[in-house]
Amino acid sequence: MITLEQTAHLAHLARLELTPAEIAELSGQLGAILDYMAQLQNLDLADVPPTAHAVNTANVLRPDQPVPSTLTEKLLEIAPAPEDHFFQVPQILREG
Amino acid sequence: MSLIQHLQQQLRRGETTSVALVEQYLERIRQREPQVRGYLTVTAEQALAQAQAMDARRAQGEDLGWLMGIPIALKDNLCTQGIPTTCASRILENYQPPYNATVVERLTQAGAVVLGKTNLDEFAMGSSTEHSAYQITTNPWDTSRVPGGSSGGSGAVVAAQECVAALGSDTGGSIRLPASFCGVVGLKPTYGRVSRYGLVAYASSLDQIGPLGTTVADVAIMLGRIAGHDPKDSTSIDTPVPDYLEALRHLPATQPLAGLNLGVIQETLGEGLDPEVAQAFDQAVKQLEQLGAKVIPISCPTFATGLAAYYILAPAEASANLARYDGVRYGLRVAAEDLVTMYGRTRGQGFGREVKRRIMLGTYTLSQGYYDAYYLQAQKVRTLIRRDFDQAFTQVQALLSPTAPVPAFPIGSKDNDPLSMYLTDLMTIPVNLAGLPALSVPCGFTSTGLPIGLQVIGSVLQESLILQIAHAYEQSTPWHEQVPPLVRD
Repeated sequence: MITLEQTAHLAHLARLELTPAEIAELSGQLGAILDYMAQLQNLDLADVPPTAHAVNTANVLRPDQPVPSTLTEKLLEIAPAPEDHFFQVPQILREG
Repeated sequence: MSLIQHLQQQLRRGETTSVALVEQYLERIRQREPQVRGYLTVTAEQALAQAQAMDARRAQGEDLGWLMGIPIALKDNLCTQGIPTTCASRILENYQPPYNATVVERLTQAGAVVLGKTNLDEFAMGSSTEHSAYQITTNPWDTSRVPGGSSGGSGAVVAAQECVAALGSDTGGSIRLPASFCGVVGLKPTYGRVSRYGLVAYASSLDQIGPLGTTVADVAIMLGRIAGHDPKDSTSIDTPVPDYLEALRHLPATQPLAGLNLGVIQETLGEGLDPEVAQAFDQAVKQLEQLGAKVIPISCPTFATGLAAYYILAPAEASANLARYDGVRYGLRVAAEDLVTMYGRTRGQGFGREVKRRIMLGTYTLSQGYYDAYYLQAQKVRTLIRRDFDQAFTQVQALLSPTAPVPAFPIGSKDNDPLSMYLTDLMTIPVNLAGLPALSVPCGFTSTGLPIGLQVIGSVLQESLILQIAHAYEQSTPWHEQVPPLVRD
């Protein structure tokens, strides 16, 4: 069971602006899906190590050689609001 | 002879040209797309230019191999430089990547001609391709039904012969399910066999790119060109790529599967299995025995818990991966007075229902207080599933199951029941959790003419073996010769 308040809080954490109708729908659906997931909590897995990756991964290093960076212009071209070599964003801080 | 081999032979003999082939496929696209709606973008001009270039190089005596001048399609979550790559999402509506995915580079270098980008469930999240922000792709065998997902566009355009072969991506079954529903062959390689560089990330520990084609040999040809280590993907495996097509040639004509032990996963045969799927699967097992294989029942007790584990792990990874769509650097931005409101509005308007659902689910299971109960527990289940498979592969060389418990379902039938949609992936998901290679090959039809798929699962890097099994089966059955009504007309 996920309440409307919890759902709205989650939406804020996920930076999703949702309509009241969306919050109502998601609250019901998330509850049903999490009920299904609850089957996992009945398994005794105390001694089982977790698997994060199917293939055993190790840190991969490459030679520390500088290469030309050529994408800057292209990346700025596809940005919603470029200015010089920066991305513009709306106000971050308010005057207190 | 497979479709790619047949066309390449015609090209080599000068009986056709790549330009002629591309024109023929573009004409089919014009005729069939109003019903199929499998393409999001058709790159007709670029394709003709690419084909011309291939014909010119061939005239100079160059031969780049099986794919030279062959028209293919790409799932629209694979980055293509200067060509829209939308992931079927509004948030990437006008996005044109500044670079190519490694698989796109490799296929282009092999001479393949890209006809266009295919539809998918938004960000590859779904099992029906109904969750595209742009259009609903239909199943060419029955246009009132879904093609499966999330690579439904690729499955449908291969089945409707609107391209020769295609690439998809598979996180929990997204290549194998559409292959099964659309009556084509689809292969998910071992995790790390194919570079993910330039594949838009959904769940990075599970995502893998793979081919769809009309025959096993075509899938083998495609896989051979996209597989291999890539310094740009640190999870790609650095071992040599075998000649998959050559492996198919070495099968004996009689009893090609003699000496092989195969296992039927018992947990996939229970409740919820459509009777016609069960019957087709039984027949397929008998056929494999006819071909010389010894088939035994195998139990994978934790198989059924895979679904719950997947729908914790994949949305958790997705909620982190999709944090990058913030309206700052590329894609949609919905203006607002302050930054946090801009993030919320951009994402609220840019993402569709299923993507929002999974981001919310992932945010929940990763949040403080729930992490151990859900996320950590799911990672432990993942260990058990791996152990089940490891145990099974001490007794058999490959495992068998139906690809999906049901045939293609009607469009709209699971709209308000996400959990029932998730259950479609029951048989494919554990394979991704364990990182194993698996394919779907057609194994029959329902009484109403809907295709049914057989899943063959191998152990790590055993792509050649599962291709051999599927090839021997395919060549001894009539299923790959069937074409959908839409193609017959």
